Amino acid sequence: MADTTETPGIAVQSGMSNDLLERLRRSSEYVVIPLLALVFSGVLFSVFLFALGKSPAEFFSHVWRGGFGTSFSWQNTLVRAAPLIFTALCVAIPARLGLVIIGGEGALVLGGFASAAIAIPMIGWMPGLPMLAIMAFAGMVAGAIWIGCVGALRHYRGVNETIASLLMFYIAVSILNFFVEGALRDPSDPNKPSTKPIGSENMIGVIPGTDVHWGLLVGVLLCGVLYLVMNRTTFGFAAQIAGGNLRAAQAQGLPVGRLMVVSCAIAGACAGLAGFFEVAAIHGKANASLIAGYGFTGILVSFLARHNPLVIVPVAIFLGGIAASGGLVQRRMDLPDATVLVLQGLLFLVILVSETFYGRLSIFKSKGAAQ
Amino acid sequence: MSKFELSRRNMLKSSAAGLAALSAGGLSRLAHASDLTVGIVYVGPRDDFGWNQAHAVAAAALKDVPGVTVVEEENVPETVAVEKSMESMINLDGAKLIFATSFGYYKPFVLDLAGKYTDVEFRHAAPLWTEADPKNAGSYFGYLDQAHYVNGVAAGLSTTSNKLGFVAAKPIGTVLRNINSFLLGARKVNPEATVQVIFTGEWSMPVREAEAANALVDAGCDVLTCHVDGPKVVIETAESRGIKCCGHNASQAPLAPKGFITGAEYKWETIYKMFAANLAEGQPLPNFTGGGFDVDFVRSTPYGAGASEAAIASADAARADVKAGKPIFVGPINKQDGSPLLAAGASFDNYEPSLDQTDYLIEGVVGSIT
Repeated sequence: MADTTETPGIAVQSGMSNDLLERLRRSSEYVVIPLLALVFSGVLFSVFLFALGKSPAEFFSHVWRGGFGTSFSWQNTLVRAAPLIFTALCVAIPARLGLVIIGGEGALVLGGFASAAIAIPMIGWMPGLPMLAIMAFAGMVAGAIWIGCVGALRHYRGVNETIASLLMFYIAVSILNFFVEGALRDPSDPNKPSTKPIGSENMIGVIPGTDVHWGLLVGVLLCGVLYLVMNRTTFGFAAQIAGGNLRAAQAQGLPVGRLMVVSCAIAGACAGLAGFFEVAAIHGKANASLIAGYGFTGILVSFLARHNPLVIVPVAIFLGGIAASGGLVQRRMDLPDATVLVLQGLLFLVILVSETFYGRLSIFKSKGAAQ
Repeated sequence: MSKFELSRRNMLKSSAAGLAALSAGGLSRLAHASDLTVGIVYVGPRDDFGWNQAHAVAAAALKDVPGVTVVEEENVPETVAVEKSMESMINLDGAKLIFATSFGYYKPFVLDLAGKYTDVEFRHAAPLWTEADPKNAGSYFGYLDQAHYVNGVAAGLSTTSNKLGFVAAKPIGTVLRNINSFLLGARKVNPEATVQVIFTGEWSMPVREAEAANALVDAGCDVLTCHVDGPKVVIETAESRGIKCCGHNASQAPLAPKGFITGAEYKWETIYKMFAANLAEGQPLPNFTGGGFDVDFVRSTPYGAGASEAAIASADAARADVKAGKPIFVGPINKQDGSPLLAAGASFDNYEPSLDQTDYLIEGVVGSIT
């Protein structure tokens, strides 16, 4: 990363500290641009609020209080962030290969369904821990197969992965409904078709002292593991090359097809795990409540995090906080619930536009290159 | 089960008695009581011309009561989000009474919170509470099939083709009961009438509801009604096809200025005001409250331009009969497959517990559950 355009004499005089400053200046691009984008979308949203005759200051103070202001608010935020971490990973991992997967919701739904379905014959005699392990495995396999298929379709048949994953979401919902309203329906619940409950004694508990289930911690750990996989292993390196230039990767003999299918399968397993936690920690059974839009919000999280697994955690918490405060905003300001969706949409757009500024602002370039 | 059902019937009666005790004085005393914050959670938008609107109308009525603050949240999904919404109302707004208005809110979310916040009363809009559940939780429910029966009477006198159309969401107990009651109303005044039903499979699926409504009109139906969360699409389709319609859940009268006959509406405000008054007076809330016309929990939408004088007269008479306790299910009634449900001369009480578990359509209804 040394600046080659400067003369050796100056470089020697300025020494290490100058080099460090240069690095900071260039890497600060990745902090400053998203922050500016956040501020700018805040300004745009304030204009929107003014147009509605509402006070932006009041809005943001409610967002703060509802999302982060009290210990209850924090728990509310973290509970909502947990599934977003998994579904964001479902977008971020394939994104390394340049694949845009937007159907993580389908993998979540099927993952949840698979874990609830495989539990049915075990309910009542198998102890909780092995049962949960089998359920988690089933959820991950179901999700992995689902999104893995998307990767395979893309590689072997040239089917657009974005459209395929979106349409397969609808198939996943139909599969869920077919079984939940048919063969696997629990007859003791006549009005809301569901699978047989796994029983409260078998469910995953909360992190002691909080209301937040263990899924959050698993999600954070998974982000760390996948960060290492994508940045510190040959697999991750190969995926990155394939994402940068597919032809070049093929010319180098990289197994592009396998990379695609495996990345998509990992992604699907993450979303499937989200479904497992929804079943094992929240609902205790599979039903239409699994379709809650976490998969779609995950797309936003991943893009805001620039598909970096480590950044996904704070971004998921940030968006979880916005969602958590939505209720307070509705109640106190008499705004429709779609208000926070408008904020999310603005954020998404502005962040996408801000992507085009990377490498274009001279302030972030080294002095030599800027001249 | 039967023991519980019996006690439920007693509770129905006791809730009716409680209602009678709720005079105008009961509510005015609220003004002197300490302020009460009531939280209401909806699964969809408050202006859906349907289930959620019916609750929102009642919430608006509750807001007019002095000393009561109402906080509302709409579009809250049946996930952990609703648990957090209710908790937020309790922790940040100080709500002491929560109305959870969607079926899937109850298990596990209302039950969990009722155990956690024992000083807050939770009431859920479906007959799910059992003796084993927390005492600060409970159910309230309107028997809308009584109003669908009145709809049927008016519809039976409004049809010339004798074919009535019914767009239904899912083939579950309450929906099937409403369809059966609608047919019985129509048959009471028009023995030739049949009800043709199409299930959409979803509580809210506007595209399929429009398809179903059009298919029913194409099949010769000249009066449409429905049991879906938001009847807007069905009513608008009926109006645009130039036929008559009966409403469901809330008032859809503004949507069909030409063809609207009447509608089956919940009157949740009766329950909401009763509970608020109970709390203000330090009275315990009933754990199970339900009823129909007799306790003013359901009502008929005011007649629209589609209602003939004969239909109005017969529907008014039918409503008075139900209110007085005259049975809707009077034999002989056969199920669709021809097996007898009620022999000639036999009848079901309007709160007959087995009707809650309806899993059949009766003869005269065209269309299949599966």
